[in-house]
Amino acid sequence: MNSYSQAFAWLADPAHWSGATGVPQRLLEHLGYTGLTLIVAIAIGLPVGLLIGHTGRGREVVVPFTGALRALPTLGLVILLALGLGIGILPPLIALVILALPPIIAGAYSGVESVDREVVDAARSVGFTGSGVLWQVEVPLALPLIVGGIRSACLQVIATWTVAAFLPLGGLGRFLYDALPNEDYAQLLAGSILVIVLALLVDGLFALVQRLVTPRGVLAGRTADIRTKTQSPTRKDPSWLAPEKA
Amino acid sequence: MARTRKGVIAAAGALSLAALVLTGCAGNNGNPLSNDSGSKGSSGTITVGSAAFPENAILAYIYADALSDAGVKTDVKANIGQRDRYIAALKNDEIQLVPEYTGNLLQFLDSTSKVSSSDEVYSALQTAVKNGGGGKLDAGKAEVLDQAPGQDADSYNVTKKFSDDNHVTSLADLKNVKGELKVAANPEFATRPYGIPGLKSTYGVSATLTPINDSGGANTLKALLDGSVQLADIYSSDPSIAKNNLVTLADPQHLIAAQNVVPLISSKVASAKVKDTLNKVSAKLTTDQLSDMLKKSYNDKEASDQIAKEWVKANGF
Repeated sequence: MNSYSQAFAWLADPAHWSGATGVPQRLLEHLGYTGLTLIVAIAIGLPVGLLIGHTGRGREVVVPFTGALRALPTLGLVILLALGLGIGILPPLIALVILALPPIIAGAYSGVESVDREVVDAARSVGFTGSGVLWQVEVPLALPLIVGGIRSACLQVIATWTVAAFLPLGGLGRFLYDALPNEDYAQLLAGSILVIVLALLVDGLFALVQRLVTPRGVLAGRTADIRTKTQSPTRKDPSWLAPEKA
Repeated sequence: MARTRKGVIAAAGALSLAALVLTGCAGNNGNPLSNDSGSKGSSGTITVGSAAFPENAILAYIYADALSDAGVKTDVKANIGQRDRYIAALKNDEIQLVPEYTGNLLQFLDSTSKVSSSDEVYSALQTAVKNGGGGKLDAGKAEVLDQAPGQDADSYNVTKKFSDDNHVTSLADLKNVKGELKVAANPEFATRPYGIPGLKSTYGVSATLTPINDSGGANTLKALLDGSVQLADIYSSDPSIAKNNLVTLADPQHLIAAQNVVPLISSKVASAKVKDTLNKVSAKLTTDQLSDMLKKSYNDKEASDQIAKEWVKANGF
């Protein structure tokens, strides 16, 4: 209990909330790194995942490959990459993108795959092209799962960016790496609390986004499914399937 | 009832697991100190301990081999652990001899000590060991023998090119260097007296820390070689210093406490023959020699006892 009160005292100290090594600066750095990692990972992972889901091909290759990459220990990868690339932001960025890719790809392809085949067939039969099916039918219906994949990736990235402080980089990991050799356990715990709080807040934000992007029909269908364990009538209602300008 | 029975089964399982682990330890001698029945020094055997890193283990084997060649019965318990662990083992007579480093041992026995040159540290250490170091050793029961010229201390290193371009061979020269000075070192370097603050107060040099958490390892070296930093804190016996033509900056003001290799020994086994042999060994242990042996350990993956055997043979013991 004592160490917790020390950690909260550390957090309450205004001296730790200003300057280039203060909490706001470190938080911003951490969020910046996380955002950058997610942008890169989404730019790579989303097209790959959608392609797999839409065509049903490539899954056997991409899924085990990204899964295997994920098994690499991130810190080891950072150290190894830094031997080749130097001590800049690239080594941890690459290592963290590798960590973020599998959930993003999995969210995208499983989201698209989960779209009812009858719906896809119906869309085709009323004249949708391949890309029309993907962008106007499959992606909107898959959005909750796609965002879910990004959400899971984001949580891992926020937590794991701390290891990057092995190298001379900022972020919340700085508090942990700098505290350990000096046996400053108050700072160590305070840094951990900051990472946890940040991760929970961002995760909560994603939960909200996930709700917002869920199409109304899907939401109604799901709720009914859960309540009655039967097919909801809304799902069969063809009105929401019809393209806007049919 | 069911709950209680489950609890009993779980407890039984945990007990048998614990028993398995314990017997396993005793069986394969996982703890280097567990299998010392009757070898408590009384039989005339000197047990040499070592800390859990390669250089220290090599030194322990060197002491043991040199002593055996001089006709003293020895036994080695290498890789015991950290300082608090093996000093306790020496106090308990589980080991009688251990290779140590003057500055760190002095800090351990007397944390108020402020001396840093080799001679000052050594004489302060002699006193601290004699007094028992605040109960960590028994007063009057242990002593340090002659210190070796070889050190394994933190050291500031620059590239040969930086040294030539800026005419820098000593920390005192750094204040004439124009431009930013960055030091790659572990994060604690920001606050330690031999780190950034000491550089400012002792030499008037303003430098910034580039924290790399590998204790002067490969990433630190890479940052120095690719010019990301101008200085790097690397242990003085690290073979990468010679391999990469680095220049270790002299420390005329003794910013960094000396870390000469020194044998710490129980007085009751420190006969004239033992002392004489170990002092001869120490006289030949230079930093270069340590570095050579470490190279064999890191690069050639030779075993510590083998490296020690070769050194003892080559140096005519």
